[in-house]
Amino acid sequence: MSVNVDAGRASQAPIPPPRSSPRRSSGLGFLSWLDLKAAPYLLISPYFLLFLVFGIFPLGFTLWYSLFKYDLTGTEEWTGLGNYTALLSDGAFWNAVVNTVGMFLIATVPQILLALLLANALNKRIRGRLLVRMGVLLPLVTSVVAVAVVFTQLYGRDWGLINWILGLFGADPIDWKAQRIPSWIAISTMIDWRWTGYNSIIFLAGMQTIPKDLYEAASIDGASRRRQFWQITVPMLRPTMIFVVLNSTIGGLTLFSEPTTFFGGNVHGGTNSQFQTVSMFIVEQGFREFDYGYASGAAWLLFLMILIGSLVNFLLVRRIGGNK
Amino acid sequence: MTTLTVGDRRRAPTGRKRSDMWSATPWTKIVLVVTIVISAFPIYWMIVIASRTNKEATDIPPPFLPGGNLGENIRRVLANEDAHYLTGLTNSLIIAATVTVSVVLISTFAGFAFARLRFRGGKLLLLLVLITMMVPLQQMGIVPLYRVMVNLEWIGTLKAVILPYLLNGFGVFLMTQYTEQAVPGELVEAARVDGASTLRIWWNVILPAVRPGMAVLGINTFMLTWNDFMWPLIALTPDNPTVQVAINSLNAKFGTDYVLVFSGTAMSILPLILVFVLFGRQIIGGLMEGAVKA
Repeated sequence: MSVNVDAGRASQAPIPPPRSSPRRSSGLGFLSWLDLKAAPYLLISPYFLLFLVFGIFPLGFTLWYSLFKYDLTGTEEWTGLGNYTALLSDGAFWNAVVNTVGMFLIATVPQILLALLLANALNKRIRGRLLVRMGVLLPLVTSVVAVAVVFTQLYGRDWGLINWILGLFGADPIDWKAQRIPSWIAISTMIDWRWTGYNSIIFLAGMQTIPKDLYEAASIDGASRRRQFWQITVPMLRPTMIFVVLNSTIGGLTLFSEPTTFFGGNVHGGTNSQFQTVSMFIVEQGFREFDYGYASGAAWLLFLMILIGSLVNFLLVRRIGGNK
Repeated sequence: MTTLTVGDRRRAPTGRKRSDMWSATPWTKIVLVVTIVISAFPIYWMIVIASRTNKEATDIPPPFLPGGNLGENIRRVLANEDAHYLTGLTNSLIIAATVTVSVVLISTFAGFAFARLRFRGGKLLLLLVLITMMVPLQQMGIVPLYRVMVNLEWIGTLKAVILPYLLNGFGVFLMTQYTEQAVPGELVEAARVDGASTLRIWWNVILPAVRPGMAVLGINTFMLTWNDFMWPLIALTPDNPTVQVAINSLNAKFGTDYVLVFSGTAMSILPLILVFVLFGRQIIGGLMEGAVKA
């Protein structure tokens, strides 16, 4: 934003001195050249070196591996797009895709609505503001594994607190791990518990940039608070909403730790893989079956999923905000 | 530039009537109280179970108050030969500290260059950083990274975990934003006219001004690294784990020994709770500023 102005100015000031001072020895000239022209590159080089080694290189090799067939002995054989066609007709892969998308939807939709509601409450005049915000953000501090361990126990079939509470209302105990939809719900609540508060703080930050006079004008016009919320707050939050939704999309589609811990650290995702996600599928194929090619192909398909998911959600959020 | 001053609203002298729409209704209070109870409950529950016996943990109705067995349970966690809990704790500390210091330094360097120095391709390279923030590198690069680490015989060593974590596009993005906001371009120019070298400007002008940003990034990086699970699970062996992998081992082998697993879990989040209590204000401030600028 402010880069242009400042950088433009900077370019005029410092450049003349080296040129207009021929008295300097050539050694000094080299040094000042080094300082002015090379220093920026030196400063960003650690990052881009890492980027090359741990970003570009693994991405490229994942693509390369995905074109080979590996077996347990480690021999590799060119298969072209074979892994991809096999993946696309593999029921286990599609199962993982359905689980991932299903849990993403069950977790994200209520999460964003709750976060909006919560942010609206946080945006009021309240006492002990910092403490309240810290309370809301507390779950973010706990590790995903810790969350999953606690929730797995809470969702226990025989001694779990949740079944006990349901029992008080006369419901039969639910075997949360064994069935598909209950397991999705259990895992989704772990995600929501951890991220709703975080997202509400982000929404709150966005809400505080909305000019107050918009609301004042609306109340003079007689708009109810509810109406103000949906007609002013939500549309004005569009940029923040895009940030939150894209973040949730990437996080949700790469889900790994919660479902893995839910099944005792096993990436199979339940006896019938009823909650195995694509990330878990990748790890299972790559590091349990040692089929590097298949796992790499799945990784690229996951990337494709994320791109499509991000695009769809981006367009969706833009439309919601575009009402007004 | 958006400074978040909600407090001002309260003190604003302009008519009470106007600010009434910002006053907390009973509904607001209910939402907040319920949220905080839900937020805190699993952590409280962790402590309740961690301080009980296994028999009590499976009682019906369940116990709702902490018991007196915490010390004994912690002793059992530390003595457990399959979990290598203390090793895990130390490893996590080493990994998180190394990664935090390195990422903050690397990001401060790059942030300075992108925000306040002009160089060919700078904008393009910054755009590249932003784009790659969208790529889930952990999932995408896991197979080649693993094979490289196998070939180097680094599997099971801490450097196999530390090195990939050093790549942190978010850090560069954050420090670029922060430097732009905290260091006026004129200040850098003035130092340049005075004959200061780039490195000297970084040390004398940039570093003192961006310290709060470094703190936010540092806390953030520490928490993320401490909590990460997928890559350590693959790159490390159970006898030299991170704390998350150690908990996973406990959970996998002694899943029904609730008090054991819960004690290990409770101890693992203790350092983070401490960081959070000490730096809560900065963490929240940093989150909110970052969100508005993104």
